[in-house]
Amino acid sequence: MDSPPITTDATEVQLIDESPEFRSLRSSFRSFAFPVTIGFVLWYLLYVLLSCYAPGLMGTKVLGHVNVALVLGLLQFVTTFAIAAWYARYAGRRIDPSATAIREAHGAVVHAPRESAE
Amino acid sequence: MTALASSATEHRGLTMTLFGLFVLATLAITVWAGRQNRSAADFYAGGRGFTGFQNGLAISGDYMSAASFLGIAGTIALAGYDGFLYSIGFLVAWLVALLLIAEPLRNSGRFTMADVLAFRMRQRPVRTAAGVSTIVVSIFYLLAQMVGAGALVALLLGVTGEGAKRWTILAVGALMIIYVVIGGMKGTTWVQIVKAVLLIIGAALMTVLVLAKYHFNPSELLGAAASASGKGTAFLEPGLKYGASNTSKLDFISLGIALVLGTAGLPHILVRFYTVPTAKAARKSVLWAIGIIGVFYLMTLALGFGAAALVGRSGMVAVEGKTPSGNTAAPLLAEQLGGGAGSTGGAIMLAVISAVAFATILAVVAGLTLASSASFAHDLYANVIRRGRASEREEVLSAKWAAVAIGAIAVVLSLFAGKLSTAALVALAFAVAASANLPTLLYSLFWKRFTTAGAVSSVYAGLISSVALVVFSPVLSGGKNSLFPHSDFHWFPLENPGLVSIPIGFLAGWLGTLLSRERPDQAKYAELEVRSLTGLGAH
Repeated sequence: MDSPPITTDATEVQLIDESPEFRSLRSSFRSFAFPVTIGFVLWYLLYVLLSCYAPGLMGTKVLGHVNVALVLGLLQFVTTFAIAAWYARYAGRRIDPSATAIREAHGAVVHAPRESAE
Repeated sequence: MTALASSATEHRGLTMTLFGLFVLATLAITVWAGRQNRSAADFYAGGRGFTGFQNGLAISGDYMSAASFLGIAGTIALAGYDGFLYSIGFLVAWLVALLLIAEPLRNSGRFTMADVLAFRMRQRPVRTAAGVSTIVVSIFYLLAQMVGAGALVALLLGVTGEGAKRWTILAVGALMIIYVVIGGMKGTTWVQIVKAVLLIIGAALMTVLVLAKYHFNPSELLGAAASASGKGTAFLEPGLKYGASNTSKLDFISLGIALVLGTAGLPHILVRFYTVPTAKAARKSVLWAIGIIGVFYLMTLALGFGAAALVGRSGMVAVEGKTPSGNTAAPLLAEQLGGGAGSTGGAIMLAVISAVAFATILAVVAGLTLASSASFAHDLYANVIRRGRASEREEVLSAKWAAVAIGAIAVVLSLFAGKLSTAALVALAFAVAASANLPTLLYSLFWKRFTTAGAVSSVYAGLISSVALVVFSPVLSGGKNSLFPHSDFHWFPLENPGLVSIPIGFLAGWLGTLLSRERPDQAKYAELEVRSLTGLGAH
């Protein structure tokens, strides 16, 4: 209870951490998650700043009573859905298979006390 | 007689009956779930037996609070386009949780946020810090919901006076304690699922009815809203609420940043990732949540502009008084859609939507109470006070007592905080979570050099700066809508502290790490990396 249970052998884990398979898994994850996070945060901030400081642009009518502000706001929804779908696809192809491979290769060494998942 | 008050007596019985049914059904679920709870993993994490879809619904239930449903619809109805910005921030925030937090957290922790920090840091200081910030954030959020419940009951049931508000807050407090103590995470999760389904159905029904009035032409709806508002096209553009001065623009940016970074630091959201068996299921639950929450927030747009067009400011002023908060916009719109005040259809719609709003509040407070009591028991009691010598039974028992205590504290504080607005309080909870919890979580997961000193300074600096800036902001004093309008000790101009306190949280974590002589535990970080990415050794 005190410390998180050490379920893995330290040297074994170190070896996994340094293995080329794990390195490539880590870079697959980071090279997607980090730049995409920076991207959508900047895109969101741009939207927030435009709302504050570009009222003229935001108020421009596009179609009927629909203006640029509304279109840009709805575009935030679209990009959020798109990034989520993109990540789901990417993770299914690039992350899950190598994570599973590493887990299976070392599963015999590393015993996790799985709690009963009824 | 106002429109609402005249129909109040007719629909009160119906609202009470519908809400009573919800309470009975959820209590039955709670008792059923409670009978299956045996281990600590059952109590804290629902046995980790939920599927991604079930947990996605439960996350949506936890997230779509009174602030989302009543608050956003009301803000759009009153301030037009500016209210929509809440919806966008609340939704985009989920990408942070999806890409950076959900899966690593699921793999490397057991029951609480502090588990991730404690993985490679010294247990007692980081668990104390994380436990304290979890409880503070949860209490801010709890206050928001319970104040909302108190205000709503008076309006929706047509009962006035402080007595009714107090009894409502007490009843909500008692129910949430029962859900948590008896049902644990399994019971609470099912309550969230039921509530999420009810809320989605209610919002969808209203959206269709609103759009039908305008021939399913959104532009026509917008035009009607703009002309009914008396503000013309300005109602459809940003700036009505936040565009007045440079200070209010900064406040808006501060709010925007707090919303987008706060979600992934909210304790009651984080613990949800432990209720599924694997990291992949955690990812799936966030994907479902993004879909459900996204559609819901799109519907708030129709509800808000619909309320602006069909109820109007005057309709809310009639019920709420001179300075309406907008919290009644959605229920009043429901009444209007059903046929208007005094009609049977209107009474039925009002009763249904009011019952859904109560269900929403009740479920969210239960989730918050569970997350904070779990952190008290697992972090503060078991690992700090008892130094890891508490048995599992003692730990769960202490969580149940903590639920009673936290519930009682929230009830007492709510009785005094009755004047604060629900949306403002929720935004503050987001700011505190983004300042105190998110920086240390990100550093712990992704920065090799991060140390205990860094983690502790990040949590406390983020927590203290955000809370202190709120204390000295116009939220507490110096403004017409302040908690203490007659005194003025404010010097911080913004209502939301995020713009300042979030950078402080990140900076303190970085400086604390660089300035301490402590060496990071390299082997432990390697283990955390492997576990968080592959799930090897995960619980």
